[in-house]
Amino acid sequence: MKRQPIIAILVTLMALGLGAIGQATPSATIVIKNARIVPITAPDIERGTVVIRNGRIAAVGAHVSIPGRARIIDARGLAVYPGMIDSGTRLGLVEIGAVRATIDTTELGEFNPHMRAIIAIHPESELIPVARVNGITTVVSKPSGGIFSGQAALINLDGWTWEEMELKAPVGIVFNYPSIRSGRFFDFSTFQFKERSYQKAKKERDEKLKKIRKLLDDARAYAKAKEARATDPSLPPLKTDHVLEALIPVIRGEWPFIVEANLERDIKSAIAFAEEQNVRIVLSGGADAWKVASLLKEKNIPVILGPILRLPQREDEPYDQPFTTAKTLYEAGVLFAFQTNDAANVRNLPYHAAMCVAYGLPREEALKALTINPAKIWGVADMVGSIEVGKLANIVVWDGDPLEIRSQVKYLFIKGRQIPLTTKHTELYERYRNRPE
Amino acid sequence: MAMKTLHRLGTIVVGLMLVSLAQAEGRSSGQTILIRNATIMTVTKGTIKNGSILIRDGKIAAVGKRVRAPADAQVIDATGKYVIPGIIDCHSHIAVDGGVNEGSLAVTAMVRIEDVLDPTDINIYRDLAGGVTTANILHGSANPIGGQNAVIKLRWGKTAKEMLFEGAPPGIKFALGENPKRSNFSPPPGTPRRFPATRMGVEYVIREALTEAREYMRKWDAYRQKVAARNGDRNDLIPPKRDLKLEALAEVLRGERLVHAHCYRADEILMLIRLAEEFGFQIATFQHVLEGYKVAKEIAAHGAGASTFSDWWAYKVEAYDAIPYNAAIMTRKGVVVSLNSDSAELARRLNLEAAKAIKYGGLTEDEALALVTINPAKQLHIDDRVGSIEVGKDADLVIFSGHPFSVYSIVEKVFIDGQIYFDREADLARRAEIEKEKETLKEQLKSKEKPKKKTEEPSEKPTGR
Repeated sequence: MKRQPIIAILVTLMALGLGAIGQATPSATIVIKNARIVPITAPDIERGTVVIRNGRIAAVGAHVSIPGRARIIDARGLAVYPGMIDSGTRLGLVEIGAVRATIDTTELGEFNPHMRAIIAIHPESELIPVARVNGITTVVSKPSGGIFSGQAALINLDGWTWEEMELKAPVGIVFNYPSIRSGRFFDFSTFQFKERSYQKAKKERDEKLKKIRKLLDDARAYAKAKEARATDPSLPPLKTDHVLEALIPVIRGEWPFIVEANLERDIKSAIAFAEEQNVRIVLSGGADAWKVASLLKEKNIPVILGPILRLPQREDEPYDQPFTTAKTLYEAGVLFAFQTNDAANVRNLPYHAAMCVAYGLPREEALKALTINPAKIWGVADMVGSIEVGKLANIVVWDGDPLEIRSQVKYLFIKGRQIPLTTKHTELYERYRNRPE
Repeated sequence: MAMKTLHRLGTIVVGLMLVSLAQAEGRSSGQTILIRNATIMTVTKGTIKNGSILIRDGKIAAVGKRVRAPADAQVIDATGKYVIPGIIDCHSHIAVDGGVNEGSLAVTAMVRIEDVLDPTDINIYRDLAGGVTTANILHGSANPIGGQNAVIKLRWGKTAKEMLFEGAPPGIKFALGENPKRSNFSPPPGTPRRFPATRMGVEYVIREALTEAREYMRKWDAYRQKVAARNGDRNDLIPPKRDLKLEALAEVLRGERLVHAHCYRADEILMLIRLAEEFGFQIATFQHVLEGYKVAKEIAAHGAGASTFSDWWAYKVEAYDAIPYNAAIMTRKGVVVSLNSDSAELARRLNLEAAKAIKYGGLTEDEALALVTINPAKQLHIDDRVGSIEVGKDADLVIFSGHPFSVYSIVEKVFIDGQIYFDREADLARRAEIEKEKETLKEQLKSKEKPKKKTEEPSEKPTGR
């Protein structure tokens, strides 16, 4: 009797069956049908199907043939959107803001272009599930502090390790453009208020720019020295300078500086500096971007705008200035994306965008600034940012408009894996709502 | 410095323009106004579609589907709009000149926010533009027992005194946890650490202060008894020494001063409940109370209100277990819950924060709206005056362009006591004028300055708020 092959066949069939019915593995095929689909880069599909296979979007359309063995989700009444992208966070780098041991954004010293955020991402951060269950599947996690803070990382919010989470790292080097800070400030060393004149503040800023120029010149010289040694081994060996090494790709135009600047004078100065140094920049923060929108367009500088939910920079600015800036940029033709610049509150990213819509930005543009725009800015538009065949299956199924607060995520997929919607918050909710009377 | 002066002038110009707006657009409290054909969310009496509100003498004179208005009434057509009661922010630090913390002592019940109210704080206007009409301005959380609060209406353009909410019962700030024990920062160089340094010490400080207050009360009661026994003749009687700090705490013990207690952890919430019960008074509100959901049963049994955030968490260790379902769980267990801002920025969108209680925990629309209207009114004991759209209450109203829980809706008009204090149309119309005035002032300042070497164009100073 040929029992063994029969058992083998039965076991194989069972395994395949389990694979199709149970928790989706990245190699499983998932079909989301009867849903409204918002691809972003194509017109909305009132009732259609998305097929996910091997972690990618295999098909999307009104009439899609459904493959044989697949897990089917009937998404009638629901809407399918690409996962949102937060282009500026500290997710995975900060756990509790007041606890230094949990903060990995800010290394000591002024010039840290060689610090790599990607390897410091804590995959088990409780903040990560909280963010993704509101539809944010991908974020830029960036260092801060000093002048060159380090290398920012673009990550998907799912993975056993940072390696599995990594989508692209680095996406740029964070550059805290030295600001001319004049006026009254609080001096912690003497615990007093002090006054700094514009002239003095500008002088301090110019000193810093001098140092930065020298560093970039050194990096150019270092690059040359490296090239020379590649062709002429007789030259004495070059000691590795990690700081200068990290700046070479910026000098070559491979990586941008992510310039953190909010004041008009700093933004203008940064743009001029970038031109002078022939480096590519992405403007981050950009609170005064509305004042220099045409300049940003002229120089083709993308803007990572946010946080939107903040107070105006100046006492006498219109009360809605932070909310109308996005509209101004859109009308000027500037490419922009949104950021929360946060960690614990990344889940509120859609509401930053929504506030701009309330104050004049077309809703479609807000959605783009949450999806395809950041994908373009960070150079990953072939991987994420829309529901298109071939892209990663970062897919979110909503029961309503993602920009509206009352909408809920019903299904969440990152790289084709269905992510459970449980978080620390839902667990505590379940536990304590059931505390006995 | 010239730029600072320009800045001041600019602010004064704005302030003046906004004051004149308040006076020109707002009417005297005698003006009769009819807001017609809106969706009126009364909070306590349901929602009226295509309804109208008649305002007279600063009060709500009539609400309903059919409201007759006198011929001389100013009519505001609110077709397609939504009207809600003015939002009440139960935890705010706007309009305070200087710091909100007299942090030098662990018990500062004698200091008063009312003494340092700053009616020129631009955040009053910004929060008004978000629909806030009443705010509970609190002392900070540096001390286990802080200072006295001030409940104000955001009457932009008026004096500090005129902003005070007439008749609002007095309150005081208590604070538990990391802030009063100062575990998140080091003292300035050369300064010793201040007691308490633990949650144990926090309880002790409050216990000790309340004990002193009780003894103070007894001394004064004994003195008054003696005076009464002599039919008011007090010639040879020496009264006890007056102590403003202990007087405020005696008011707490007598139930005359509302305690608003900043707290996070379940254990400290329970601690204060038991301590208050021991001393025979009730905590009016627990503030922040982010772990309130864990001891909702005890909070409800004690009868305290809870004023919390919608979804902030993880900024401190004691906020790590905070969940956005807090408001919903506590509401379901019978606690009167409000959502507050503790932030001039968040106060601009408390309507949206209220919507989050629907998303996280499934409160109904009325329950959610109550979190920022009638509930904080109840917590502050001013619900006879504000917090819902009912005949006889103050005409504190907000007109939204759409449903207040929709992210796409914005505030169009805000009434306080029947006067318009914020009008978006008027605000927009004034902007060009204000810009021109600012340019004129800049030119004037430049022509007065000594000719300087031409450097980069200096613009406005960063406020870094």
